[in-house]
Amino acid sequence: MTILTVANLTMRFGGLTAVNDVSFTARQGEITAIIGPNGAGKTTLFNCITGFYKPSSGSITVVHGSKNLRLDKLPGHSIARKGRVARTFQNIRLFSGMSVLENLLVAQHNRLQASTGFGVLGILGLGGYRAAERHAIELATHWLAQTGLLERADDPAGALPYGAQRRLEIARAMCTEPLLLCLDEPAAGLNPRESSALNDLLLSIRAGGTSLLLIEHDMGVVMKISDHIVVLDHGTKIADGKPADIRSNTVVISAYLGEDDEDDAPLAGATP
Amino acid sequence: MSRLLRDVKDSGAVAFMALLIFAPFLGLQLGDSDSGNLTLSTRPALLAAAVGLTFAARFCFLLWEAHRPPRIPALSLGLAKSGKYAAPALLIFAIVMPFLPGIKNASIDLGVLIMTYVMLGWGLNIVVGLAGLLDLGYVAFYAVGAYSFGLLSTNFGLGFWECLPLAGILAACWGVFLGFPVLRLRGDYLAIVTLAFGEIIRLVITNWVSLTGGPNGITDIPHPTLFGLKFSMAGGPGSFAGFFGITPSPSQRITYLYYIILVLALLTNWVTLRLRRQPLGRAWEALREDETACRSLGINVRNTKLTAFAIGAMFGGFAGCFFATRQAFISPDSFTFMESATVLAIVVLGGAGSQFGVVLAACVMIGVPELLQGLQIYRMLIFGAALVVIMIVRPRGFISTRRPTVALGKAKPISADLIAQGQG
Repeated sequence: MTILTVANLTMRFGGLTAVNDVSFTARQGEITAIIGPNGAGKTTLFNCITGFYKPSSGSITVVHGSKNLRLDKLPGHSIARKGRVARTFQNIRLFSGMSVLENLLVAQHNRLQASTGFGVLGILGLGGYRAAERHAIELATHWLAQTGLLERADDPAGALPYGAQRRLEIARAMCTEPLLLCLDEPAAGLNPRESSALNDLLLSIRAGGTSLLLIEHDMGVVMKISDHIVVLDHGTKIADGKPADIRSNTVVISAYLGEDDEDDAPLAGATP
Repeated sequence: MSRLLRDVKDSGAVAFMALLIFAPFLGLQLGDSDSGNLTLSTRPALLAAAVGLTFAARFCFLLWEAHRPPRIPALSLGLAKSGKYAAPALLIFAIVMPFLPGIKNASIDLGVLIMTYVMLGWGLNIVVGLAGLLDLGYVAFYAVGAYSFGLLSTNFGLGFWECLPLAGILAACWGVFLGFPVLRLRGDYLAIVTLAFGEIIRLVITNWVSLTGGPNGITDIPHPTLFGLKFSMAGGPGSFAGFFGITPSPSQRITYLYYIILVLALLTNWVTLRLRRQPLGRAWEALREDETACRSLGINVRNTKLTAFAIGAMFGGFAGCFFATRQAFISPDSFTFMESATVLAIVVLGGAGSQFGVVLAACVMIGVPELLQGLQIYRMLIFGAALVVIMIVRPRGFISTRRPTVALGKAKPISADLIAQGQG
């Protein structure tokens, strides 16, 4: 079953076409990876899906059960709440002056805010806020345990080591209880051990019922865990399929090695 | 030895710069000759003294720089922790202050003034300290509150207590009104627009003579009553002194004003402290840390910013209403940019986001110039120098650490270098 359908998506910045007529689908309960050389338009595509850019044309539809929701029509902040799509960033964006636990509570803002009667009851100490906060802390604790950050819950987020910050960002995104999690290069800058721990984390998130959309340069991660791969180059989709198919796709290989098909075809064919 | 040589060279360079700057100002003097022509004379001694002093000061500074003890973070933590005991002590002192023996009316009046600025500081702290929106036009809301009360009382005969909530609501509306156009702006641009907004309000008040009385202001604003009892000097029935059968004295009214502003300020503090532990307050702080991340987590950035503006403005409006009733007279002169700057300085000096820091800073900013009255013209010079020194020694304000609002175990204070200051 499909969770995300991107149809004929084009994103132009003035004269530059960053994403050109890209269509693909991501299936529910799968890990879909988007790969491509630098500047291929992966992050632009992500920013369109998560509402940071409004696409020039095309549509992005997310499917919840029998309901279809056009993400490109929603205002940016509704994408997390109504669209139930969460994301992380290529350059980590944590609330570094707040504690790890606070970061995870901010992620549950909408539910908590509703329980305070939009602030009024909360100030007076009325309403179900206490219960809601207890529940929120439980959820946060669950994801802290999953990401191995439980001991650091009260430390400032900015004081965590790099790898832990990456995991915290994933935990924070998961605290919004998304159906689709978009990860922008989660393995960037991780050492091999951290990167294999990340694989396990992502697989456990998938097992929990959240579908994943992944931008990644680390082919070790991509080939090992993704169910489906979409390859972009210069803003257009050049391939789409299972990891094994992508691995032997000559167009993909030549795009990655920067070879021109006509001139250096033998070399491109020789490196599967 | 090479270090000493380097210091001397550095000081020499600074002295040379001083020579360039001071030469036209101090070295040359224009005068009148008897024939009415201008004459130009030189003052080499004065110039030499100024340059020499600069050299000596720079050299001493460099020596101190080399030998001063390393910065201890414990100092800032100590000050943050001291709030635990110092804040209740200060609160108790504030409550009993008017009844301490030997307290004069002037001291209580100074207390009222400081407390007004504490309240303004706490109000602005929501916008600047928590939400990280640099607002240079906070005085606009103070003015809206004051003029709301002034106009409602003189035109419709409403009293202080009826007008207080109205002034707050009107100021909050203006907060939202200002908030909308500046939502997209950040940093310097936001500061400029809020600065302009503060000036617009003042200029409208000055020029809309038929409504506001223009530069002449509004006079005869009623003083607050205690359950209908007036604090009049004549005494008699219906007055505070007459009801309780005591001699009327000005100190009764001043003391009453003191307690009103104390309660209003504490209300501001209480609401802020509660909100900080609520999702709304956390969203404000998250907004200060990273707006983009907030949006990705489904936080409505627009509404969250507007609530910060509205609630901050509301407390400004309350304070303005109190200001009007205390003075019994308001005019546009009371709402200049200087007031905005003072309140912002209190917030920054106290350490953005810290409630106790604001109190300390208000005492320094308002109390110290009053206490230095005896020094006449030098008082602002000393005061300015003191502010410069404070900001050099404690660049992020008196209390720059932040306590997390929630903890699984024991909350650990977060040091200032991790905390973002907000980009507007």
